[in-house]
Amino acid sequence: MQIVAENLSHVYSPKSKFAVSALKNVSLTIDEGEFFGIIGHTGSGKSTFIQHLNGLIKADKGSKKLTVGEFDLLDKKCDFKKLRSKVGMVFQYPEYQLFADTVAEDVAFGLKNFERLSEEETAARVREAIETVGLSYEEVKEKSPFDLSGGQKRRVAIAGVIVTKPEILVLDEPVAGLDPKGKKEFFALLHALHGGFVKTVVIVSHDMDNVAEHCTKAAVFENGEVWKVAPPKELFKEAETLAEMGLDVPVTGYLAARLAANGVKIDTDFTERDFARKVLETYRRAEEGR
Amino acid sequence: MKDVAFGQYYPARSFVHRMDPRFKIVLSIAYIVAVFLVREFHFLGFAAAFAFIVIATAVSRVPFFKVLKSVKGILFFVIFSSVLQVLFNREGTVLAEWWVIVITDVGLLRAAFITLRIMLVVMGTAILTLTTTPVEIADGLESLLTPLKWIKFPVHEFALIMSIALRFIPTLMDETERIINAQKARGADFESGNLFKRIRALIPILIPLLVSSFRRADELGDAMDARCYSGAKGRTKYKKMRPTYRDFIALALMAGLIAGIVLLNGVLGVPV
Ligand SMILES: Nc1ncnc2c1ncn2[C@@H]1O[C@H](COP(=O)(O)OP(=O)(O)OP(=O)(O)O)[C@@H](O)[C@H]1O
Ligand SMILES: [Mg+2]
Repeated sequence: MQIVAENLSHVYSPKSKFAVSALKNVSLTIDEGEFFGIIGHTGSGKSTFIQHLNGLIKADKGSKKLTVGEFDLLDKKCDFKKLRSKVGMVFQYPEYQLFADTVAEDVAFGLKNFERLSEEETAARVREAIETVGLSYEEVKEKSPFDLSGGQKRRVAIAGVIVTKPEILVLDEPVAGLDPKGKKEFFALLHALHGGFVKTVVIVSHDMDNVAEHCTKAAVFENGEVWKVAPPKELFKEAETLAEMGLDVPVTGYLAARLAANGVKIDTDFTERDFARKVLETYRRAEEGR
Repeated sequence: MKDVAFGQYYPARSFVHRMDPRFKIVLSIAYIVAVFLVREFHFLGFAAAFAFIVIATAVSRVPFFKVLKSVKGILFFVIFSSVLQVLFNREGTVLAEWWVIVITDVGLLRAAFITLRIMLVVMGTAILTLTTTPVEIADGLESLLTPLKWIKFPVHEFALIMSIALRFIPTLMDETERIINAQKARGADFESGNLFKRIRALIPILIPLLVSSFRRADELGDAMDARCYSGAKGRTKYKKMRPTYRDFIALALMAGLIAGIVLLNGVLGVPV
């Protein structure tokens, strides 16, 4: 499913003195298969934008187009429930949405809301989801979600989202508060999902290393507008403009800049592997030349 | 959601905003007493009370419609009670009669009187809440209730509980919105089904909210401990409340209002 937004606008609390114009004429296309990053300064409208994608926030009247696959979200008759089963959304600190007595029940919540399945089918799907996120079904199914560790809670919460097998998975800063190992595992999980029923991943992130490493494309939000959409390797070439917007580049970007200042030009796509390879190549060439 | 008139405080720097919250609270109570002092059907007394509101609003720089809007919340109650008065009061001359319903002149007057009285009281207290932050009100109450310490009433703790509750209302509202969105994204439906179903649909919101409230309470307790909070003893205030000339001017005006109302009550001994 392709996501298309054209001149999308949203004002919070319109007509009051608290009115905030959070999105201004945002036009953005996210193709199927993309691992799409959304970056931007705090308050730039990232969360507002992604909550439009499953109809949690409704676009303002003046917006021209917002479609997700065959769903027309500007149409009043749009079947939002069906849409939400196709567009899974993982909010920041998703573990805070856990509520049920047992892990299995909590994971089944979304599934029961969307589909009418027999008990066995439900249990099978719940098992599948829990195992996908790397937990043992037998071990955790009867446990209270509140008795798990932070990392495990987050996995359960994500199992509760992917249990409906969404084609698009939208995540708002999903690795905030995880340790380095947890972050690595999380991205491994995302890539595993991305190869399966999840066709498109849309991820909001403040961590440019992650964006450089994992995203095929990224959009930069600035003050409710889209400043640029490009693959990370093009985006991070504009380090100065990004810095003006209060944004970072990946560590590899800083290293490349340092080397460039010392006369060593490295043309990298900013992933660690590529950067290391290019540096090595340059080094070897220099060795040979000597 | 953040803008729903919770704590309808209207930020400005004005004569009224800068008054001592303790004076404002006491004067609001005095104002309510004044309105209730007006003897039945002495509408001139109401006119005086209304003039007081107009003056107070003018010097507070709060738009007058904000004060008027405060009546909206009790409109139903006002209409209900005045309709009852009009329909069922049987004193005085009968103006119209139909089945069990009798409309009399006294009924009409009384309905008008009660309506005006409630509206004046609400508008008067609205000026307090429009010009005083909830925290200031809590501080003011704490100071005013100090005498209760004699009977071992934990005044300071009471005020602290109030300010913490007030402080966390917007936070909890944000949190509620977030949780609602997260559960909606998982297909939760709060708008359809019978009453029982709808109440059940609230569980996925209430439990996370409760859990996070406890977490916050824990964190806040730790944070207060870490900063050596140890109750009221020896505690000083960041914002000292000090009465200024403004408060005494307001006090004099209020005394004038009450004296005026009492005089009007006496002079116009007979109902208008
Ligand atoms: N529920 C709301 N009511 C009113 N204003 C809001 C609401 N949510 C967000 N805003 C405002 O809209 C603007 C965009 O907010 P948004 O949450 O989309 O930013 P963001 O890019 O996700 O920021 P962050 O990186 O801090 O999460 C901000 O100015 C914010 O204050
Ligand atoms: Mg956000």
